[in-house]
Amino acid sequence: MSKSFTRRDFIKSTSALTAASTLPISMVELAFADSSQNFTFAHISDSHIQHIKGTKFVRNWDRGLIRAVAETNLLNPKPDFVIYGGDLAQLGSKPELDRGAEIMSALNYKTYYSMGEHDYYEDLGEYWSKLFGKHYYSFDHKGVHFVVLNSILTYDEWTYDRWPTGKQRMLEMAGIDNPNGSPFMVGEKQRNWLQKDLAKVNKSTPLVVISHSPLQKIWKGWNFWTEDAEEVQELLKPFKKTTVIYGHVHQIQYNQIGNISFHAVMATAWPWPYPATYAQAEQYLPKLTIPMNRADPFHERDATGWQFINMGNGNVDMHYTLNENASRTVAFNTKTGQPEDMGYQAENNRIPPQSHY
Amino acid sequence: MKRIKQQCFGVIMLVIVTLLGWGVAPAMADEFTQEDLNRWESEYMSVVKQGRKVFTDGKLGTNGVACAQCHPNASNTHPETYPKFQKQLGKVVAIWEMINWCIRNPLEGKNLAADDPRMVAMQAYILHERRGVKLQPGKH
Repeated sequence: MSKSFTRRDFIKSTSALTAASTLPISMVELAFADSSQNFTFAHISDSHIQHIKGTKFVRNWDRGLIRAVAETNLLNPKPDFVIYGGDLAQLGSKPELDRGAEIMSALNYKTYYSMGEHDYYEDLGEYWSKLFGKHYYSFDHKGVHFVVLNSILTYDEWTYDRWPTGKQRMLEMAGIDNPNGSPFMVGEKQRNWLQKDLAKVNKSTPLVVISHSPLQKIWKGWNFWTEDAEEVQELLKPFKKTTVIYGHVHQIQYNQIGNISFHAVMATAWPWPYPATYAQAEQYLPKLTIPMNRADPFHERDATGWQFINMGNGNVDMHYTLNENASRTVAFNTKTGQPEDMGYQAENNRIPPQSHY
Repeated sequence: MKRIKQQCFGVIMLVIVTLLGWGVAPAMADEFTQEDLNRWESEYMSVVKQGRKVFTDGKLGTNGVACAQCHPNASNTHPETYPKFQKQLGKVVAIWEMINWCIRNPLEGKNLAADDPRMVAMQAYILHERRGVKLQPGKH
């Protein structure tokens, strides 16, 4: 049985920030054999820090990340660590990555970074590595195995032979609707590494995989897609409790494929439309997903946010902290064996702004 | 003799008019050819293409942000719902006014005139990406 409760004191009430006192985070904790092993972590993603020139950067995107960092610092109880989901920069330049790293440095927690295409295609992740380390790796935390993948690689020919400069390569990949782009993939080399890494892990150990692209095929047109998703899923299949948390899509998505739960995260920068709003092609969204509310452009931070994640039951309970909008919680339902929205999952609970067109 | 001359003149005029009419251009206002249709279509498509260029251009505003960053394939622009009441502007607006709002705010730029070729081109592109969707003016 699951019990749910609201923790109104979740954010430190002593905070001077008025935003903090109004953050309605409802935490759902499911019964777990050893509650001392419960832990939480935060997930921030897709900040797209964009350089204008000299010391000038796009203010709007800066503010999104600064706000997420400030709010994450106010979490109480404190998360054990923070994950950054990729696309810290807009065009992978040193000034952008430096500025992003500087804003992130205000976080009071250990932070694990994953690579987004906007961080990568200028210099193939070289400068990013100097700041944040390896492109893919794994670590263990309180009985959960975490894997961080670089899932935004693509075909060698596209990466190495097609473009005269790194700058142009980056620009071509940066527009998600650019027909000159190329589909994301984890690639054989990394899949071999993943296979070896997972071979050491007991199959009943909860597994959390962090990637930038979805690791499931939603729509190729905007690269809501990973070319070798099936091969990666095959490697994750033997584990009883597996969760994939991905960025890139700038919207709420969740899905269940076999034992694998999928959760997308919000961007701190700007929201993206759901693929079905593009009238000229047929696309799909996981049936399970109840869309986030349609963004109101007059509210600058609407439909952006960050996530607080509870690992209480070895599955993921995803709390979307949405700026200028009601927060959402998508938690694993042990009865149905899938992630479900705690407020809106039932057909008759939907609200008008959740229909996108 | 005079009558024969007149008849000859009439025949020659008829031939000339006929030749001009069929060989050079349609005689009537309501007639057009496949060639015309092709030309109009290609004029339109070249403006759509120009619109896509403006829509993805970081130089439209002042901060490098392009329309397509938030609106891939011009989606989520809902051109079929304009004119509509925009509560934050407090009135019913046409889509070009909303485009200018975006240029002023996320793009930190300056308004374009309603008949600026870039504004016309952007609307052509946005509507082209939305073709086939039924008109729903006023819909929120």
